[in-house]
Amino acid sequence: MENLIALLIAAPLLGAAVLLVGGRRLDAVGHWIGTLLSSVSFVFGVILFSDLLSRDAEDRTLTQHLFSWIPVGGFQADVAFRLDQLSMTFVLLITGVGSLIHLYSVGYMEHDERRRRFFGYLNLFLAAMLLLVLADNYLLLYVGWEGVGLASYLLIGFWQHKPSAATAAKKAFLVNRVGDIGLSIAIMLMFTTFGTFAFGPLLGAEGEPGIAGDASEGRLTAIALMLLLAACGKSAQVPLQSWLGDAMEGPTPVSALIHAATMVTAGVYLIVRSAAIFNGAPDAQLVVTVVGAVTLLFGAIVGCAKDDIKKALAGSTMSQIGYMVLAAGLGPIGYVFAIMHLVTHGFFKAGLFLGAGSVMHGMNDEVDMRKYGGLRKYMPITFVTFGLGYLAIIGFPGLSGFFSKDKIIEAAFAKGGTEGWILGGCALLGAAITAYYMTRVMLMTFFGEKRWQPDAEGHEPHPHESPRSMTIPMIVLAFGSVFAGGFFSIGDRFLHWLEPVTGHSHGDSPVSALTVTLATMVVLVVGVAIAYAQYGRRPVPIVAPRGSLLTRAARRDLFQDDFNHVVLVRGGEHLTRSLVYVDHTLVDGVVNGTAASVGGLSGRLRRVQNGFARSYAVSMFGGAAVLIAATLLMRAV
Amino acid sequence: MSFPLLTATAALPAIGAVLTAAVPAARRNAAKSLALVFSLATLALAIVVLVRFDPDGGRYQLTESHSWIADFGVRYELGVDGIGVALVVLTALLIPFIILAGWHDADPLETGDASLSSYAAGRWRPTQGFFALILAVEAMVIISFEATDVFVFYIFFEAMLIPMYFLIGGFGDRAHEHGEEAASTQRSYAAVKFLLYNLVGGLIMLAAVIGLYVVAGNFSLTEIAEARANGTLDMATNTERWLFLGFFFAFAVKAPLWPLHTWLPNAMGESTTPVAVLITAVVDKVGTFAMLRFCLQLFPEASKWATPAILVLAVISIIYGALLAVGQRDIKRLVAYASISHFGFIILGIFAMTSQGQSGATLYMVNHGISTAALMLVAGFLISRRGSRLIADYGGVQKVAPVLAGTFLIGGLATLSLPGLAPFVSEFLVLVGTFERYPAIGIVATFGIVLAALYTLVLYQRTMTGPVKPEVSAMPDLRARELLVVAPLIVLLIFLGVYPKPVTDIVDPAVKQTLSDVHKKDPQPEVEAAK
Amino acid sequence: MNPVNYLYLAALLFTIGATGVLIRRNAIVVFMCIELMLNACNLAFVTFSRMHGNLDGQIIAFFTMVVAAAEVVVGLAIIVSLFRSRHSASVDDASLMKL
Repeated sequence: MENLIALLIAAPLLGAAVLLVGGRRLDAVGHWIGTLLSSVSFVFGVILFSDLLSRDAEDRTLTQHLFSWIPVGGFQADVAFRLDQLSMTFVLLITGVGSLIHLYSVGYMEHDERRRRFFGYLNLFLAAMLLLVLADNYLLLYVGWEGVGLASYLLIGFWQHKPSAATAAKKAFLVNRVGDIGLSIAIMLMFTTFGTFAFGPLLGAEGEPGIAGDASEGRLTAIALMLLLAACGKSAQVPLQSWLGDAMEGPTPVSALIHAATMVTAGVYLIVRSAAIFNGAPDAQLVVTVVGAVTLLFGAIVGCAKDDIKKALAGSTMSQIGYMVLAAGLGPIGYVFAIMHLVTHGFFKAGLFLGAGSVMHGMNDEVDMRKYGGLRKYMPITFVTFGLGYLAIIGFPGLSGFFSKDKIIEAAFAKGGTEGWILGGCALLGAAITAYYMTRVMLMTFFGEKRWQPDAEGHEPHPHESPRSMTIPMIVLAFGSVFAGGFFSIGDRFLHWLEPVTGHSHGDSPVSALTVTLATMVVLVVGVAIAYAQYGRRPVPIVAPRGSLLTRAARRDLFQDDFNHVVLVRGGEHLTRSLVYVDHTLVDGVVNGTAASVGGLSGRLRRVQNGFARSYAVSMFGGAAVLIAATLLMRAV
Repeated sequence: MSFPLLTATAALPAIGAVLTAAVPAARRNAAKSLALVFSLATLALAIVVLVRFDPDGGRYQLTESHSWIADFGVRYELGVDGIGVALVVLTALLIPFIILAGWHDADPLETGDASLSSYAAGRWRPTQGFFALILAVEAMVIISFEATDVFVFYIFFEAMLIPMYFLIGGFGDRAHEHGEEAASTQRSYAAVKFLLYNLVGGLIMLAAVIGLYVVAGNFSLTEIAEARANGTLDMATNTERWLFLGFFFAFAVKAPLWPLHTWLPNAMGESTTPVAVLITAVVDKVGTFAMLRFCLQLFPEASKWATPAILVLAVISIIYGALLAVGQRDIKRLVAYASISHFGFIILGIFAMTSQGQSGATLYMVNHGISTAALMLVAGFLISRRGSRLIADYGGVQKVAPVLAGTFLIGGLATLSLPGLAPFVSEFLVLVGTFERYPAIGIVATFGIVLAALYTLVLYQRTMTGPVKPEVSAMPDLRARELLVVAPLIVLLIFLGVYPKPVTDIVDPAVKQTLSDVHKKDPQPEVEAAK
Repeated sequence: MNPVNYLYLAALLFTIGATGVLIRRNAIVVFMCIELMLNACNLAFVTFSRMHGNLDGQIIAFFTMVVAAAEVVVGLAIIVSLFRSRHSASVDDASLMKL
């Protein structure tokens, strides 16, 4: 059974290789090859899942050692995989949602001449993401980590002829690289501290605790903070969040799969996977919760102000991942709920993005919500599935988001002390803002009067429902958005499933679970009501009003990009330009200067050779006189 | 007496050079094929060396030793350790690609270069000369990797400059923003600069070589190193330091290490791309290799004494080279500065004095050779299509030549050390090896990976993406010959990224030997040390 | 008579000759001054030979005379050909030796 793990990765990798090397002759069938191989991977995942379920809860870890990768001195990195409950959860999410989105893309990318390559990149992404969650050591995880970064780069920049897409892709890769510094240093620290970075000995296996706890708290805090930096880059957390909004330049299925459901949650995976390290570093955990809380508010505020439907959803993604990071930072109280929210979020956010893609498909690729309006009659399936996703994300009672988000808010209060109150308050406030901006998106898109505008070439939009290959994935995901949360929560199924890997503790909450639920309901209603008052009862202007200072700031991502631009981009440009100058004038100048001064000296010496016989005679007599004088002088001394 | 395998690996390209040069003027294509055949035969011999080499055997294997200048104790001594084998194979591997990539570069009829074609009818034979010089360089580089006699090494280390000078000055890149006249001036400037820098380095080394002879009484690396190790040869601290500096200076110029690097961008920018690859992927490796073999073995104490300063210079090279690469407007100069950054990593790994660092550095030499060859040769194909080296002259190439763009991207990703490709393994080993002993320097060096991503992706974005520029709209995609050059290099990059074990297995024992020469052990992990 | 006086004479002659070489422009006069210097040296050699009581100085003096004779032949030929081409015997007119 273990040998199936490698095949899980091999299937989409094979697909990527075939599609990218195969060339144009595969254009006709490429998309089906890609979809088939990702489904094959999903089937393998299901087989492995049923195998795990048939085992005892403590015995659900499978490992596969393929070959020794980098054996140098005391440094040992292997290509080895580990499948336990945590990675299994991710495998099912990745291959499941991934296959659905492959299917969706068959329709969505139908008119793109480079569709084969798109599927090649999608398969490459799946392989890298699976490698990331299945790796048995941090260095192999790093390979997957950068692999998804590469796939994300290729897919964001898929429409390379658009300079904005190419720039966004580059930005995403670069910001992620800053995070990668964190992962590199974390691995180096692990190696110097423990002499290994493999999961087994480090984090513990088969009930044995790992050696992670043996190190000093300072060391553990340093490692944990570096891992957090990596997570911030990949999961678009403050301060490395700026790439996610721009990443929406990519095709919508990419936004759904990579920038909502799977890749951006890799940071949460990293933190939960490294629980043994974080548990020993309370200071680092506090930083994690702060990052999560700040990001969940940051993303929510940005999401309120965007008129671009995908960017509004991107802000929302950032905010929801903020919830997960917050939960992961709470330690054993929150790990399980972080992952649970991650899974339910995977369903409803992928569904929302696919819905947005469906809307764009029918509206000549228009993304400005101010030019939508009244679409519910024209796209009934999209409306219903998007609506269910909407209810799920705002936490409508009974739907997925209700269960998972509620638990996180509860856990935040359970942290105890002032921190608990502050974090819980932030989480509650975030829930209110979520309700507000999602209602806004919903109202602007599907309700109100038509505000459609002809596109740049003068085509009037003719909104229509999307083809079946697109609606089926949306329906399946909507199904997941409605029922997943309830299914997981009944009898604490998800908790019992993950507990052996992540551990769990209850903490003592100063407020009862019921109070939290009620409070959440209240803020939910308030958020929806404000949005309705603003966008439901009044007509939406086609041109965005100037708005308050906060709105304008939020439209510009709270000036984060401007800061980056002024400090990093401009500053960097000046630095490199002046360095080029220095290299040319100073470093090279010293050498050239030496050469020039030798040349100048010889030029001057040359003038002594004036060609007059008598001046030569003078120098001869002078020289002879000096020689004689010197000889006499030496004699005398 | 057994067959002198190592001499043969160097003699074969040398014979090839003579024969290629002797091909009559009119039969240019025969000269090209002849050169290719000889380079492939050398590769075959190098593979024989690789197979015959036993990683767990003695330190120097396949040794040859003959008396040469008995009065001065000079012996013709050859021998390879794991590091030498890896680099001999790398050299022999890259030369056929360089020859294939430069197939038309020195052909007066193919390039349409007036200054060359006016001679084509007469006895002037540029094509023959070009390929003969490349083979001559190959012969000298290979023997430098094999020499275990300091004097023999020195001779070929210096003699290499002669064919390199003619390759840079005689066969420059004709693509220049200010026309051919400016290109010609720039070219001679670059060639002279290359020669002067390396000559000065070589002269200082000559003084140190003589000094070493005065102190030790012979030139044999093995004998001196052994005498150093068992204490029969004592050097005064200051003497050792001066001799070390003399050797190191020459190697630092060749490597090149900041601030002795400024000859490289000129030389790489003005020469044809195959020659640029020859410089950075092959010839410069002699410098870093010699640091590992000669500096550390002959002067272990002085090496340790100089380590902090060298590490700082190496880190400056990494960051400085990367920052300057970001600021370049010229594709080839950009790659040159990127190489300076990478050489910083190699030197960092060597002087970190850990097994990870030194294995990583050796692996880095191999991987950098392959990855730079891939990137630079594709860049050369791109430049030859448009006739310009300026980044700003390109745009949207991806649309018209997707295969070219794809291979360029893979070369670029290798340059930025993407995990899964070969350079990642070596770069990470160097970083870990450095971090173990010098955490602060390791962290600063890690920032190089962000800058590497910056210059690579900016280059890719500006040349390959965006709207198609009218000048590139008719650009043909890679031809069969060009694909034949690039595809094997890419396959190697992926293979060595996924499975570097064959190389590390050969290199690792040699590195352990070198480390024991300098009496250094890897630091213990903190947790184990505490127990 | 004290032989040292001959040395004084030789020094005097040498100085006169040297001064002549430096300040006169006419090639013939410069040439004669050089001869004067050579002969001053000869006088010194012969004097030393006498003072030390061996023949070395006299032998050298004969060598010098032979060299001087050869020099006269070559030098005069150069001067004549210079005069033919430039219509002047001034040494300052011929400054072809500079780089």
